[in-house]
Amino acid sequence: MNALRLYGRYAAASIAGQMQYPGAFALTAVAQFANTFVGFAGVWALFARFGHIGGWSLGEIALFYGAISMAFAIADALSRGFDVFGQEFVKTGNFDRLLLRPRATSLQLAGYEVRLASLGRLSQGAVVLAVGIWLAPIRWSLGDATLLAWAVAGGVAMFYGLLILQATLSFWTVESLEVVNIVTYGGVEAGQYPLDIYARWFRDLMMFVVPIGCVGYLPLTAILGRPNVFGAPAWAAAASPLVGWAFLGAALVIWGAGVRRYTSTGS
Amino acid sequence: MTAPARPGLAARPYLAALRARFYLTLQYRAAALAGLTTQCWWGVMKILVLAAFYRGAPHQPMSLGQAVGYTWLGQAFLVMLPWNADPDVVEMVRSGAVAYERLRPVDTYAYWYVRALAWMAARVLPRAVPMFLIAAVVLPLTGLGAWSLPPPPDWPAAVLFTISIICAALLSTAMVQLVTGVVVATLSAKGANAIAPALSNILSGGIVPLLLFPAWMRLGLFLQPFAGLVDIPFRIYLGQLAGAGAAAGIGLQLAWTAVLVLVGRGFLAHSLERLQVQGG
Repeated sequence: MNALRLYGRYAAASIAGQMQYPGAFALTAVAQFANTFVGFAGVWALFARFGHIGGWSLGEIALFYGAISMAFAIADALSRGFDVFGQEFVKTGNFDRLLLRPRATSLQLAGYEVRLASLGRLSQGAVVLAVGIWLAPIRWSLGDATLLAWAVAGGVAMFYGLLILQATLSFWTVESLEVVNIVTYGGVEAGQYPLDIYARWFRDLMMFVVPIGCVGYLPLTAILGRPNVFGAPAWAAAASPLVGWAFLGAALVIWGAGVRRYTSTGS
Repeated sequence: MTAPARPGLAARPYLAALRARFYLTLQYRAAALAGLTTQCWWGVMKILVLAAFYRGAPHQPMSLGQAVGYTWLGQAFLVMLPWNADPDVVEMVRSGAVAYERLRPVDTYAYWYVRALAWMAARVLPRAVPMFLIAAVVLPLTGLGAWSLPPPPDWPAAVLFTISIICAALLSTAMVQLVTGVVVATLSAKGANAIAPALSNILSGGIVPLLLFPAWMRLGLFLQPFAGLVDIPFRIYLGQLAGAGAAAGIGLQLAWTAVLVLVGRGFLAHSLERLQVQGG
């Protein structure tokens, strides 16, 4: 069986399992929707008072916000195995069993669970993105739509890479480090606004250390036809979501190094 | 239950529960440290966004400096929002151990109330004290005074803030108890934990200071119960609510606490009445 079909089986089993408890899944999804929705209600309130942020309108912000939220929701839905890796696999020694199977550990962990509750954040992101597409002061062309999808895909790859790196740390620390959430959830929060509104140090951090800017800010400024604060030409801005995929690749290489140095806790 | 032999004796089981839960929760220092780092970071991000908004339109009912102070206070008292039902009670309801709680010769609502209050206080203190030190002492010392938490403008503000933040804890615990009542009624924490945090976060001022909402919403936002969790104590701290305004704010906090305790007590009694415990 090839990897893709095996993954399909994993995913189908996980979804079937969650549908056994439709109430629990629905409530968690509703909770996610409500929590992210009030976040955007806060953004709306600030715009109602201040009018704009650094020259950007609410419609434009909705575009940034929606694209990053959707990218994170998709990555989050597909990466549950890495999310619980420290607690469920390293601490318990369950990772030994994964190593015995003749398949890549990253594939097995990716197939651990498809988290349906992420539909809450995903649908909220989709609603905000739709508002952004409707309000943004441009005429949408096919090229723009493709670039938007390309940016979201790059965002999924980048967030997935971050979540893999977070899991890789567990090889050294055993427990998952909650502090790493400041770059995952923090990255989502930061990427919801165009990076040029931030102070220089923070903007550079979100561009060159955690490449959130490459999957949100740069391609979206290219769509909106606005100059970017980093001085990248339009073609480079359009190509920048590639960095998200490169980041994912790098994360997988580091993951491999972590697997090689893994010693079981022996439990 | 027989009448207490000595005045004060009746309070003893509640005080014992308060003390035990407080010290137990205090043990989780690593969680508190991780929480502190996250809180500082989120505070920085919120302030960066607020600063960007203020650059475009600096004249607002609340200055940028005040909004920065409000944000740091929000980070310091973050866990005081009624995020969840008391996890111990949730577990008792799930496992059936709640039956033992019913056997204790104490008032179940009051007993759970002090447990939840202690749980909250023990999580707030190890986070709030270092957050205060960082925001109010370290930041000014490192030359970032403009981004720091200023001290209250005068002594009355400091005293009234202390009273108001205690009232906020009492109010928040009353809300936690309502959520706990829902858990007992539905035997699951999922439903109540789904909506309560979102609602309290936005309506308390936890996401955006209530003064920065559109002006037509101001009175309504001030009068609703969640304002007493965050907005009222913080505005008293910043000197924005003083004198009669502060008194009105604290009065609102106490009135809502009384209402919610009465409702929560009735609701919990009703839910416990109908609760069926299987085997065990």
